[in-house]
Amino acid sequence: MIDSLVNNIRRDVIEAGFRCGESAHFGGGLSIVDLLGVLYGKFLRFESKNPKWPERDIFILSKGHGVLGYFATLKNVGLMTEECFKTFQKNGSDLIAHPVLNLDIGIESSNGSLGQGLSFCSGIALAAKKKSSDKRIYALLGDGECNEGSVWEAAMFASQYQLDNLVAIIDVNGFQNDGATEIISNSGDVGAKWRAFGWHTLEIDGHSIDEISAAYEEASQLSGKPIAIVARTIKGKGVSFMENNNDWHHNRLTEANYVLALEELEQRCGGA
Amino acid sequence: MVELNKKNARLWSRIGVRASYGMAMLEAAKQDAKVLAMSADLGRSSGLNQLMSLFPEQFVNAGIAEQNMIGVAAGMAREGFKVFASSFAPFISMRASEQVRMNLGYMNIPVKLVALGSGVSMGFLGNSHYGLEDVAVMRTIPGLTIVSPADCGEVFKVIQASVDYPGPVYIRLTGGVNNPIVYQEDYSFEFGRAVCVHEGEDLCIIAAGSMVATAIEVAKDLQLANGMSVKVVNMHTLKPLDEICMAKIFEGFSTVVTLEEHTVIGGLGGAVSEVKSRGNYSARHIAIGIADCYVKTGNYGYTLNEAGLSREKVVANILGKLKD
Repeated sequence: MIDSLVNNIRRDVIEAGFRCGESAHFGGGLSIVDLLGVLYGKFLRFESKNPKWPERDIFILSKGHGVLGYFATLKNVGLMTEECFKTFQKNGSDLIAHPVLNLDIGIESSNGSLGQGLSFCSGIALAAKKKSSDKRIYALLGDGECNEGSVWEAAMFASQYQLDNLVAIIDVNGFQNDGATEIISNSGDVGAKWRAFGWHTLEIDGHSIDEISAAYEEASQLSGKPIAIVARTIKGKGVSFMENNNDWHHNRLTEANYVLALEELEQRCGGA
Repeated sequence: MVELNKKNARLWSRIGVRASYGMAMLEAAKQDAKVLAMSADLGRSSGLNQLMSLFPEQFVNAGIAEQNMIGVAAGMAREGFKVFASSFAPFISMRASEQVRMNLGYMNIPVKLVALGSGVSMGFLGNSHYGLEDVAVMRTIPGLTIVSPADCGEVFKVIQASVDYPGPVYIRLTGGVNNPIVYQEDYSFEFGRAVCVHEGEDLCIIAAGSMVATAIEVAKDLQLANGMSVKVVNMHTLKPLDEICMAKIFEGFSTVVTLEEHTVIGGLGGAVSEVKSRGNYSARHIAIGIADCYVKTGNYGYTLNEAGLSREKVVANILGKLKD
């Protein structure tokens, strides 16, 4: 079930990214598909027919440029209609290159300015604790995003307040806008950093459905500290000419490449 | 509910604006468990000692990390808490300005920001701690209400009005301790509605924050020395500006002075000149504030005088301009 969900999400990333006729963030949208598919498919508590259900868990895309993966996930789990999804990057649409707060379709915050989502999530997590709510809060960050100092302000805060209802998923795809992270601003041992900031830290293959599932499961059992899931991913995962090719950080898909990408996805997922 | 009367006005004036903020928050916290004070390692400097010890569950210290504080405040406010986050004016308005923009502006989350020691009231701590540009920066963010109380009594009024106010607010605290008292008794406070605090017919001074009391003194001086009848308006809300009041002033006076403890660029004077530019008004506008520079530093009184904002310098400035 999760396999077909993530396959459908990947296909929708390519469909929406092509249909909009504009450049879009393919690389960082594809690297998070498996992380999102497993989260929304198995762990996140929400009601697709009642997106404002007060007891729902909260997911925030702190790396706001990952919208292709995010919106495609919202569509495939029934929070967003097909009709709405088709408006991606059309003039005047609610769905642009970064999330814009819209609770009716499951978008919990406005993002796009990197380094802010973890603070916002820490506030929601602290509020949940004060209200004795068992809701869980998930923030998805990029490894490039972790260049921002405010990420580490939030990391210290969440640790200080023992926000064990907060999970930071770090999409370590190894690239940022200008190139490889190790060349631009080397993040070194990402896991060691989160551990040093006082977080339970799990390191996984961000494309292994089993490892992702096990990490979310373990995260829900851990207590006393916030949880970081450091997920090694491949930027552009699923489309060979996009994988680890930073030209696809933000680019326009030609019709020929669109057909190629879809064919490849069909082959990889066996038409699922 | 704490009452604004002569006795309290004297007490609050003596303890100063930051301690008054802390007392107002203590009252608010007592009455409503959803009220939550945050600070960035400046809880004590915010006058919040009592709240911190009596209601520890209603205080969150973010450490010296203003950007994170704004994000956390927004997350908590989204979940129904009535969050007041305080730090020194430049840190909360400028260091964290983009967090303010995303959370309070773009998402319109009703966090209340409290800018401590704005203007030049931080005295010897210097320009690093002065709030010279904060109104200009905050005023450009859509949806933000900006308010600058005229005295310690008005600090209470602003906090009371802010607790259940559904939008984000930037509360700019100017003045120190032993502040001049503008309000001896209770009055009606409403965001966006200016208050006349001194009647007059020849000239109108529009002031905000600490400069309201100065404007009243200046009005008295101009009456005594020059026989001028000067109206003083407390424009406590800098955004949205009371445009109905502004229209009446521009129609009724040939000379309008704005007086603010802030750079002359983009603050009260800027806001008033924007209103004037939208109407067909012939009145002259004299904008008095801090020149476009960093100020020579000393104690609060010295620095105000250096900045041209002492009573005497304001009188001389107005008389000089009227002779031009």
